[in-house]
Amino acid sequence: MPNATLILLIILLPLAGFVMLGIYGRKYFQNTSGIIGTTLMLISTVLALYTAYGYFFEYVKVDGVYQPLVPLKYTWLQFSDGVSIDMGIIIDPISVMMLVVVTFISLMVHIYSLGYMKGDERFPTYYAFLGLFTFSMLGLVISSNIFQIYIFWELVGVSSFLLIGYYYDKPSAVAACKKAFIVTRFADVGFLIGILILSFYSRTLDFNTLIERLTSAESTEFKSAVAASFMGISALTWGLVLVFIGGAGKSAMFPLHIWLPDAMEGPTPVSALIHAATMVVAGVFLVARLFPVFAISAPNALSLVGYVGAISALIAAIIACTQTDIKRVLAYSTMSQIGYMMFALGVSKYGGEDGLGYTASMFHLFTHAMFKALLFLGAGAVIHYIHSNEMKDMGGLRKYLPITHITFLIACLAIAGVPPFAGFFSKEEILLAAYQNNTAVYWIALITSGLTAFYMFRLYFGIFWNKEAHAHGEHKNEGGFAMMIPLVLLAVGASAAGFIPFGHFVSSDRTRLETEFHLMFSIAPVALGLAGIFIAMWMYKKQNDRPDKLAASLNGLYKSAYHKFYIDEIYIFITRKIIFNLIGKPAAWFDKNVVDGLMNATGNSTKDISETIKGFQSGKVQSYAIYFLVSIIGLALLFIYIWK
Amino acid sequence: MIEPGLYHMLFLSAALFFIGVYGFFTRRNLVTMLMSIELILNSVNLNFIAFNKYLWYDKLDGLFFTIFIIAIAAAEAAVAIAIIINLYRSHKSIDVENAEELKY
Amino acid sequence: MSGSTIIFYLLAALTLVSGLLAVTTGMIFRAAIYLLFSLIGIAGIYFWLQYEFIAAVQIIVYVGGIVVLIIFSIFLTQQAGEELPKQKMGRQIFSALAAFCGLALVLVQLVQHEFVITNGKRIEPTVANIGNQMLGVSDGGYALPFEVVSILLLAALIGCIVIALKSKPETE
Repeated sequence: MPNATLILLIILLPLAGFVMLGIYGRKYFQNTSGIIGTTLMLISTVLALYTAYGYFFEYVKVDGVYQPLVPLKYTWLQFSDGVSIDMGIIIDPISVMMLVVVTFISLMVHIYSLGYMKGDERFPTYYAFLGLFTFSMLGLVISSNIFQIYIFWELVGVSSFLLIGYYYDKPSAVAACKKAFIVTRFADVGFLIGILILSFYSRTLDFNTLIERLTSAESTEFKSAVAASFMGISALTWGLVLVFIGGAGKSAMFPLHIWLPDAMEGPTPVSALIHAATMVVAGVFLVARLFPVFAISAPNALSLVGYVGAISALIAAIIACTQTDIKRVLAYSTMSQIGYMMFALGVSKYGGEDGLGYTASMFHLFTHAMFKALLFLGAGAVIHYIHSNEMKDMGGLRKYLPITHITFLIACLAIAGVPPFAGFFSKEEILLAAYQNNTAVYWIALITSGLTAFYMFRLYFGIFWNKEAHAHGEHKNEGGFAMMIPLVLLAVGASAAGFIPFGHFVSSDRTRLETEFHLMFSIAPVALGLAGIFIAMWMYKKQNDRPDKLAASLNGLYKSAYHKFYIDEIYIFITRKIIFNLIGKPAAWFDKNVVDGLMNATGNSTKDISETIKGFQSGKVQSYAIYFLVSIIGLALLFIYIWK
Repeated sequence: MIEPGLYHMLFLSAALFFIGVYGFFTRRNLVTMLMSIELILNSVNLNFIAFNKYLWYDKLDGLFFTIFIIAIAAAEAAVAIAIIINLYRSHKSIDVENAEELKY
Repeated sequence: MSGSTIIFYLLAALTLVSGLLAVTTGMIFRAAIYLLFSLIGIAGIYFWLQYEFIAAVQIIVYVGGIVVLIIFSIFLTQQAGEELPKQKMGRQIFSALAAFCGLALVLVQLVQHEFVITNGKRIEPTVANIGNQMLGVSDGGYALPFEVVSILLLAALIGCIVIALKSKPETE
């Protein structure tokens, strides 16, 4: 049985760091705050690894099934019998896996930031925010209650808002953090309504009970949830779709992805943390958490998840091919990879061999966290060296940044799905799952995988080869040990993580799932990936005019992809033209004329009355005396003759 | 003409009281207003004495009230005149219209 | 019609007439003198009621004190022989009307009211009785109000001084 105290410590240590550094950081820990935050994170990581070891290896499975455990549960708000908001810890394979991923990536980012953020004036604040973010994310993954997950969900939103807007004196950062917050909040409304619908029909907020009730066809809750329908779709499906909208907002799924590229305004390590391992996979995690309900009771909602994921993956990959800001390329690649995870869940079924997609999705989440964090941190090292995000300012850096170069290459190979790196294994599983269940999604995934290889190596060649480098005087090294250690560790992870027999630990019904390796099946994607790499090499290894020619020949597509398919513009059109005019203006009119009018009328009449009354207070003492006497006589008459 | 009694006293004091009230309303000079107030106070005194004499002759309370009212009236007159003189100093006038700004 | 009755009516007439003149005359000094007569008339009524002590106090304090004070303040603030400013006619009529209505109301009420007379033993308002009760601390003693009033007088005294104190010009 895992120790509740230890798990609580994993979560509370980052919080302690946040509180301590947030309150006293600027005063006492200006220089040491990084060390403090990193140390706390290190302890947390070690505890998480220990817990994972204990859960997966020492804990005795019942009939070969990992049991979900609730080592701690505290009833916080009791609404009625059975419906309560609890603060609890749930320990099952995915939450343990997420604990490890989040703490490990967060630790890497903490260490990396020691070098990257050195000398920043708000250094302690930065570490405080990191602690808060890690705390929220850890709280989210171990939530045992759907409302608890919502609370931490919002906390994650707040802390990502704080981190994206860290450079608050930069207008673009401020705009980006507002955008991220508003878009995800908008999606969270869907999540909240979904929670309300699900809990209304299941009459519980507890995950285990909720899943149990909504998956067994005999239970009265299930029947009522299926019987009630709106626009021909059952309430259960509606609830799950709404919950998925919340998840799509956090995970930057099309069409709610618009905040993610802008979120690159935050410090680069933050991008690594938010866009690699944690915040953006929250949506995937949420769907995985409710996966039995999706898979058994609402297959329609699950196919929606699949299609949204596939479309997002493809669109993001196309856009990524045209962007020139390296962090934006990485952001779109993140979106694309999250799309992979989503459609892997979408094509999966519950239990046994059919649950391959679920395992694959979680596996990809795991490996993606490694190589995407590595890519971002590598990009951070490049940006640190060059002081620019634009690809045109880079080129030929392999001589100056040897370690970054090697690790970045490993990450690129991993994401492109080249064996034997981590991405290969997880991607193969996803493709296999898609192939078995939905051919359309499989083809989209295959094309996307080719595109992924292309744009990643476009990035790689663009940064490290292409034109000859011109020396940058300020930095002679790559940013010191603090920045190199995480790169190396993550590179090891990105190379080796694929060999973990993931299906043994994480599967849809928590049993042991044997994943097989199909050589024949793997040929197509690997070949496509290699083709993408070679095309990228042909176009970008040396400086030439081939990219421009290609862009010119694909003029329309290139332009629209370069402008991100005008989705931002559509949003602006909708908000400015439609919402502002149709809802905002009448509301403003109502506010101005009715609400303000009422207030003004009150104010004016009060003023008029007081203008009249003011005359009575003339300062003439004799007038006062007359009023007094007349009133006394009046009162006397009243009491004596009328009101006996 | 009948023998004077309680009612005569009360009529007298009521008349004096309203003479004082009339004076208080119509006078514009602060000193004359003060005189009106003295008249009002005297009518009250007369009332107390009359009640003491004709209704409650087994006590002396009315008489004491009169004495205290006289004492307080003296104090009041002294303070009022001090204020009037101060006002005169600052405004060179003791017209009640000039005391209007006391309302601020 | 006894002599005493005639004396009462004379005193009452003196009081009311001189009181009325005091509030209506246009010359301020005359107003003060009429006030003096009115107060003397009231003192006479006190004598007539055989409240000699109160009558004495009335003469000493009012006639000897307050009226003199008023006359002094007139000297300080007024040019002698000047006509007083007249109040507006409307105000005068309205005030007269209000006062008359009040008087009528009070008189009507007085006439309608039945007073109840105590049947206790009469206490003569002699100086001895007054003194004993005024400074007595037993039941019905007025020692405490006496002290309170003396403190009030002291306060008024100090207040007068403070208010009337000529403030020195600050600079120059």
